[in-house]
Amino acid sequence: MSFDAPDDRGYLESHEWAHEDDGTVRIGITDFAQDELGDVVFVEVPDVGDDVTKGDEFGVVESIKAVSDLYSPVSGEVTAVNEELFDAPELVNDDPFGDGWMLAVDPSDPDELDELMSAAEYREQVE
Amino acid sequence: MPRRRPPLYAVHDERGASFTDFGGWEMPVEFDSIRTEHEAVREASGVFDVSHMGEVTVSGPDATELTQRLVTNDVSALGPGDSQYAAITDEDGAMLDDTVVYRLPDDGGRLAALGDDPTPDDAAGPTYLFVPNAGHDGEAYDRWTSHRDEWDLDATVTNRTDEFAMFAVQGPDAADLLADASADPVTDLSRFEARWATVAGVDCWVARTGYTGEDGFELIVPWDDAETVWAAFDCQPCGLGARDTLRIEAGFLLSGQDFDPESNPRTPYEAGIGFTVKLDTEFVGRDALAAQQEAGVDDRFVGFKLTERGVPRHGYAITTPDGEEVGTVTSGTMSPTLDEPIGLGYVPAEYDEAGTEIRVVVRDRPKDARITDTPFVQ
Repeated sequence: MSFDAPDDRGYLESHEWAHEDDGTVRIGITDFAQDELGDVVFVEVPDVGDDVTKGDEFGVVESIKAVSDLYSPVSGEVTAVNEELFDAPELVNDDPFGDGWMLAVDPSDPDELDELMSAAEYREQVE
Repeated sequence: MPRRRPPLYAVHDERGASFTDFGGWEMPVEFDSIRTEHEAVREASGVFDVSHMGEVTVSGPDATELTQRLVTNDVSALGPGDSQYAAITDEDGAMLDDTVVYRLPDDGGRLAALGDDPTPDDAAGPTYLFVPNAGHDGEAYDRWTSHRDEWDLDATVTNRTDEFAMFAVQGPDAADLLADASADPVTDLSRFEARWATVAGVDCWVARTGYTGEDGFELIVPWDDAETVWAAFDCQPCGLGARDTLRIEAGFLLSGQDFDPESNPRTPYEAGIGFTVKLDTEFVGRDALAAQQEAGVDDRFVGFKLTERGVPRHGYAITTPDGEEVGTVTSGTMSPTLDEPIGLGYVPAEYDEAGTEIRVVVRDRPKDARITDTPFVQ
């Protein structure tokens, strides 16, 4: 089975992605991760204004069968959270790289993005 | 120790199932999606491979007495083709397992034809088949044989778990599905009634039982014919993930999770299945249970719903609204039918009224919850 992993973002081994656009970094989980989890029923993320740290836990995603911690690909201040996930957590399954995004972060060290795995490296990990 | 596999392991793998360890068995947990499978059972039908469930037969002149003395229910009340839910308890009344006990028709013939061991003739007494939970078949066999010897009873006990597959066809369309696949009438079976029937050309033990809260049937099928019978049901294949969400919605206990003789010993009265205890029979644990019935229980098994966002899980603490820890969650999920977080667990008896406010501590955060009558889904 092959999983989607767009080339325009960086990845963590723990299956989070980060996509930078105009200075803001969006964060979510990968297609592989949502498939492994199964039906996502709950997402817990920080509040706007909270800080996240690269490599540290920032929240939790729960499927019917499993609980999984979320790790931040970058450090910075949370500028937005995807509130649609509170009522429709299944968006993570339906569109993990798009409507299923979780956080937007103003990165404190944009160079951290360069330390993430490329899409090719990530695909190699999960295939 | 290598994990045991159901006879259809390769068939499920080919179909794309994911697997999990369940009581030492490598069983399908999910075929498509738990939600899809769950909804199929609530709205139409689904078929589960539950071959990890044990099958133990007891026959011979003292089969009734032996089984009677090892389960809480009144085995002597069973007529041929009847079954009953029962608990297996220790001397303290704590549940070692729960089980369904079937009394087979007195001809004994079909079972004898399927197994290696001889089944006694009609005059020798009834034959019982009971179904221990996954991984408990060996200890059930040991318990029956050691007590048989200790009590000097004349009964043949056979662990047939590796001779039979077991399937559950569940949901509002289950009766029609089974009627189509069976050469013998089955839809006239009442709840907990069972008989031999030829399904897809295979002799199967068919019971109107199940673990989902829906109408349905469970079939005990010769191991080598498992694929033929499985293929006869053109409906959603379901894994143990959906089985768990369905049984939680129904408020049913899961052995090893909602009670466990080692980590969470509970009596049938505490676990809400006091109806399986017949104190006018003699069985191991009877005196302890009689005393508890007289004195009343301290804790009760209850259902609850979270009224805040979050998902209750096994092991989470239950507290009063003031934060005093009073109990533990034993099962929980986001109910696919209700789209609400629901759970099961034990609380002090004074908290068991529906509507009582409690809290469930989800990853160090107390969440408001309310005791709720079960089943959650009618």
